[in-house]
Amino acid sequence: MPTKLETVQLSAFYAKKEAIHEVSLAFPEKTVTAIIGPSGCGKSTLIRCLNRMHEVTPKATTTGEIRLDGEEIHALDPVSVRRRIGMVFQKANPFPTMSVYQNVSAGLRLNGVRHRKELDAAVVRSLKQAALWDEVKDNLDGPGIRLSGGQQQRLCIARALAVEPEVILMDEPCSALDPIATAKIEDLIFDLRQNYTVVIVTHNMQQAARVAEFTAFMYLGKLIEIDRTQKLFENPAEKLTEGYITGRFG
Amino acid sequence: MFTGASPSLPRFGLRFLFGVVWDPVHGIFGVAPEILGTLVTSGIALLISVPLSIGAAIFLSEHAPAWLRDPVGYVIELLAAVPSVVFGFWGLAVLVPLMQGSVDPWLQSAFGWSPLLGGPNGGGRNILTASVVLAVMVTPTISAVTRESLAAVPRDQREAALSLGATRWEATRLAVLRYARTGIFGGIILGLGRALGETMAVTMTIGNKNAFSGSLISPGQTMSSLIANEFTEATGKLYVSALVEIGLVLLLVTLLVNIVARLLVWRVVRGGAVAGGA
Repeated sequence: MPTKLETVQLSAFYAKKEAIHEVSLAFPEKTVTAIIGPSGCGKSTLIRCLNRMHEVTPKATTTGEIRLDGEEIHALDPVSVRRRIGMVFQKANPFPTMSVYQNVSAGLRLNGVRHRKELDAAVVRSLKQAALWDEVKDNLDGPGIRLSGGQQQRLCIARALAVEPEVILMDEPCSALDPIATAKIEDLIFDLRQNYTVVIVTHNMQQAARVAEFTAFMYLGKLIEIDRTQKLFENPAEKLTEGYITGRFG
Repeated sequence: MFTGASPSLPRFGLRFLFGVVWDPVHGIFGVAPEILGTLVTSGIALLISVPLSIGAAIFLSEHAPAWLRDPVGYVIELLAAVPSVVFGFWGLAVLVPLMQGSVDPWLQSAFGWSPLLGGPNGGGRNILTASVVLAVMVTPTISAVTRESLAAVPRDQREAALSLGATRWEATRLAVLRYARTGIFGGIILGLGRALGETMAVTMTIGNKNAFSGSLISPGQTMSSLIANEFTEATGKLYVSALVEIGLVLLLVTLLVNIVARLLVWRVVRGGAVAGGA
């Protein structure tokens, strides 16, 4: 598998405080990679660096490199980077003033797509990919905010998919959901790897085991190890990893 | 107020609202020009101040460097607390000469053909001058409320728009303004309320002529400025009662305008969620 996205010696700071330290990590194309680790280990910061969302926070900076298809993303326009690397947030954040249809098509309309047919097709495709179509197809013009929490998160996934990004970043997408809604989203993530490179941050190790081919373990801002998920959980190379997955700390 | 207005209420009936003559000497009282004056000055004031104040609020909360935000925001909010008579003095000292010397003559020469901007300009004290003073007065109010509403938009809404590949301006439009629009409308209505009722600053700059010529650069009168002008010198029961009735009309007009504005907002906010485009 060729590498789609990689970080080289990436460090990230909030003002002077270092949140991640010299992380070098490669994400293979069309696979799901999970990043696990205890709270505060820098996994969310890392994922927010990948689409240059980190720098939106005042006084937040990075050093090191991030390459998308071999290209350094800091040399690109952040807007174009974010069109190629979509993001799903911890808390579902549909646009509350918009209908389901408008939410899903928002990114396309930003890109200047105006043809109704084109928008219709993209909305149907994205909602189906996000496994939400059957639940909302009769109420596309209803407000997105009226959906249940799990549906809202799938709506946000559909919104991210609609612009056809190459990479999808998910920052603990199920942390606010019940087990049934979580299972639906996990199934969905598993299917997404046919077309997308997925990076998912989670503090739920079972979730990583269920959806990801590769898993990276982070601790105190550093990458401890990355390996095939099964190998990492069954036979980790590092003592720290072993301690975390067996529940000795974290 | 009904009691105070009781001598004039039955005597003039609807003629009070639609009459154009205000003649205390002969006991004829009609306030149509003043109703128009109130609505027109407030309307123009909003036309000027809404884009200005919302623009300022967006700049301050979304785009200005952090060190600029608080000082400028503080100054704007301070302006909201300045007594209106001070604005009136500012209008007299600064705005009236400016209008008389440059703005009005320019408008007259450029647009004098239109009845809206023709005719004598009342020495700079006219409807337009009062409207500008009102605009300056309500801008801090609208701007402060808008800033609060923008600040209340959750960070994840901005980030949602950015993550779809929105530029900063697009994120402001797509996520922030739409989210905050109820609050922004609230600020506009608050500003409108202040403009409709403003008395002192208007009295000092509008020219106080009990007529509405149709031209914005002619002197005029609003309901509140008429009351302020004549209450102390009103003689006779009927005269005083007519002034009280103006107060009553002003109250009703303000109420009506507010209701219409609320309905408008309600329709926009509700309709927008379902049908409106971005």
